[in-house]
Amino acid sequence: MSEPAGQFSRLRLGTVVALFGLAALVLAGRAFQLQVLQQDRLKREGDARAVRVVPLAAHRGRILDRHGQPLAISTPVDSVWANPAELMGARHRWPELARALGLKPAALARRVTARRGREFVYLRRQVTPAVARRVRALGLPGVGLLREYRRYYPAGEVAAHVLGFTDVDDRGQEGLELALEEILRARPGRKRVVRDRKGHVIKDVELIQAPRPGRDVILAMDRRLQYLAYRELKRAVLRHRARGGSAVILDARTGEVLAMANQPGFNPNDRSQIRPGRYRNRAVTDVFEPGSAIKPFTVAAALERRVVSPRTVIDTAPGLLRVGRNTVRDVRNYGAIDVATIIRKSSNVGAARIALATPPEAFWRVLDRAGFGQVTAVGFPGEAAGRLAHYRHWRGFERAALAFGYGTSVTALQLAQAYTVFANGGRLVPASLLRLESPPATRQVVSRRTAQRVLAMLEGVVSREGTAAKAAVPGYRVAGKTGTVKKAGAGGYAEDAYLAVFVGIAPVSDPRLVMVVTVDDPRGEAYYGGEVAAPVFRRVMQGALRLLEVPPDGVLPRSRLLARVEGGA
Amino acid sequence: MFTDTGSFVTETRISAGRRLLHRVHLDLPLLVGLLLLAATGLAVLYSAGERSGELVLRQLTRMTLGFGVLLVLAQVRPATLRRWAPWLYGAGLVLLLAVLVLGVVGKGAQRWLDLGLFTFQPSELMKLAVPMMIAWYLADNPLPPPRRRIAAASLFLLVPALLIAKQPDLGTALLVASAGFFVLFLAGLSWRFMGLLVVVLAVVATLLWVFPNPLLHDYQRQRILTFLHPENDPLGSGYHIIQSAIAIGSGGPYGKGWLNGTQSHLDFLPERSTDFIFSVFSEEFGFLGNLLLLAMYLFVIGRGALIAAEAQDTFSRLLAGSITFTFFVYVFVNIGMVSGLLPVVGLPLPLLSYGGTSLVTVMAGFGMLMSIRTHRRLIAT
Repeated sequence: MSEPAGQFSRLRLGTVVALFGLAALVLAGRAFQLQVLQQDRLKREGDARAVRVVPLAAHRGRILDRHGQPLAISTPVDSVWANPAELMGARHRWPELARALGLKPAALARRVTARRGREFVYLRRQVTPAVARRVRALGLPGVGLLREYRRYYPAGEVAAHVLGFTDVDDRGQEGLELALEEILRARPGRKRVVRDRKGHVIKDVELIQAPRPGRDVILAMDRRLQYLAYRELKRAVLRHRARGGSAVILDARTGEVLAMANQPGFNPNDRSQIRPGRYRNRAVTDVFEPGSAIKPFTVAAALERRVVSPRTVIDTAPGLLRVGRNTVRDVRNYGAIDVATIIRKSSNVGAARIALATPPEAFWRVLDRAGFGQVTAVGFPGEAAGRLAHYRHWRGFERAALAFGYGTSVTALQLAQAYTVFANGGRLVPASLLRLESPPATRQVVSRRTAQRVLAMLEGVVSREGTAAKAAVPGYRVAGKTGTVKKAGAGGYAEDAYLAVFVGIAPVSDPRLVMVVTVDDPRGEAYYGGEVAAPVFRRVMQGALRLLEVPPDGVLPRSRLLARVEGGA
Repeated sequence: MFTDTGSFVTETRISAGRRLLHRVHLDLPLLVGLLLLAATGLAVLYSAGERSGELVLRQLTRMTLGFGVLLVLAQVRPATLRRWAPWLYGAGLVLLLAVLVLGVVGKGAQRWLDLGLFTFQPSELMKLAVPMMIAWYLADNPLPPPRRRIAAASLFLLVPALLIAKQPDLGTALLVASAGFFVLFLAGLSWRFMGLLVVVLAVVATLLWVFPNPLLHDYQRQRILTFLHPENDPLGSGYHIIQSAIAIGSGGPYGKGWLNGTQSHLDFLPERSTDFIFSVFSEEFGFLGNLLLLAMYLFVIGRGALIAAEAQDTFSRLLAGSITFTFFVYVFVNIGMVSGLLPVVGLPLPLLSYGGTSLVTVMAGFGMLMSIRTHRRLIAT
């Protein structure tokens, strides 16, 4: 092609411009291909990289005491997670990460490589805010923080057995946390988000499911009484070098469990310390033979059938009674004493004679209706039912032994619930761990007259002449019954292992509280219920009655009255 | 001539504003085109920089500096530019050698000269100095140039291009070479010679590809391989390409709207405010926006071509043509690479990408275009 010499070629300029026009068309064509023809595919691929469904944490319901004081609450914490596929690419920074997390580098490497094919692995659950900050500052790709909730128990070991605990995923594992799981459980939500390469959420796309926090639960428990009961029980168990113990306080009118404490205890906020056996709520899961604590029911059954009256005199001499091949023994020979004295002195021979005079069916019916051998309505996980054989299966000595509490077994809660019969004019009030909004349905076990007669006899127990003088609460009239039970082991009764029991009711004029104290295997000098368990009752009850502002119905000892007058002057 | 009379009539009717622009030697259509692109660039940068006003402010400063350079160069007569050409070229060559010996190493390449206050890339200077030199050399004699002169001009082109390629900076070497080549082409390189060149280039490229050599670095070889099969290395270097295509594609026909891009914002896309800013633009403004952007670039290039066509001396025509065409190569290579049509070569998208040096060079080139346009002696006067 020839062009005019010495002249600038407009043809060439035009050619290039035309070529460029073509090139621009190619670019536009490519854009058309990507943005119109392949739009859907590329959008999908983009979403596959960036769009994720993430959980929305919701907190578990709180557990509150009857006055709204928190017993179990969920506090927000962060958990550190990683996308192993991405983290594999930043191996050189693992030592830093391990340091920030407080993990051994080898342990971190194992964790990540074990799940290299996956998109999610927890590096460390529920870390402290300081650790979370350090991890965030590293800004590693594929490492993120996840908001979770951690259960915290403000009362610590004091209410630990009743409340139980949750696992790391906030699911109830023991105690009420397990029993009330359906109410307390949080329903986490889910949302679709756009995440960048480092896992940071850039934008919310849609809410798939709104998170629903768990509902709060209000317990019957009074945190102040619980603390009191726990403190005194622990003190007694330590002092008597006992294996364990339980204390249960019921509201005598409603059956609400105002306190339920056990020993040994555990700290629910430090789960590394938890050992099976320490977290058993013994007051509900462990049974024992009630021993003398059953005698009021023996007497009540006889009074109901008019087999005896409180004044009926029974000869207990010489302090032992042969029944078939077995012998019932008293601590000493009480001679001829009336029924009230049998209770006050806790005569086994007297109780056995009364039981043998009562029709078996009548005796059994009272025990059965008082809840022996049946689980209570509290619905606590692992609750024991105890044992009460049907009267048709009773053999001669069984009937006599039952009169002073052998051959049957109860839990501390069952025993406390049974004693509401004497505090409530013969009506049994079912125990409840939850606060009640209305009075519960009660069941008549014995007549009002019988109940009042037995209550009067029980008041005699807590007197200078009774077995539980140490249960007396200054200013209040107190009724109660001791029990000192030889513990049944494998192959019979142990010679020197006892369970000390005290069941008390206060104040007698208008019963408000029923309390059971058991101390398991006290290894000091003292082992009688009146020596070991009754003082716990007195200390707790003294505080509880004051806290509940129960008006005194008794006579304050002279010395105290004087002290008060002088103090006021 | 009739056409000249017509243009004279037009000239007499020009408004006062236009007269003022002419007095400061600015070409209105070109200025409008550049300002539109610069404004678009700032808007996209605001989005790409996660709404950081700081980034936009810094770029605005650079743009102001660029427009300042443009304004200054527009005042310089083409004849003066022509006188400068050999000196500028000589100085550029010396500086390139200096870089080779005592340059600053950055990002794996030796491209910068540390001048204390700021760093300077002599290769940028060569983008303009090479076409000026060749235009100066060829304009003195009648066109088309004889073979002897073509050979000499080719040397003027190849020496700096190879020096730059050795830094290594393939993108700039390519631009410098094409700037020089456009001058030669417009001067009337024979079509036969052109055909020969294509064959030689193809052979050389094949040889470079097949045999290991110091000119083609491993990373460059890798880039080309990745370009051909990005899916083979989706987590490594193929990542850029795939991610960029996803960002562009997810914009769809109409785009997601300004500031609403997601793919290009997720850190999945590296260099999103510099070389890959086209992805951000594309995702937010869609296919329609792309057409508009291309139209803006084509308008600037068309105006440049017109300035070249209507320039009054050979030097001006050759230089104006080369500057205009090199600008297009810039645009084409960048968009082509970002949309996956070309291998990844580190070239910014002029006027849109964040960054200073190349912006100033581009503006300096347009300053020369404006000088060429506004220093014409009207035949009518």
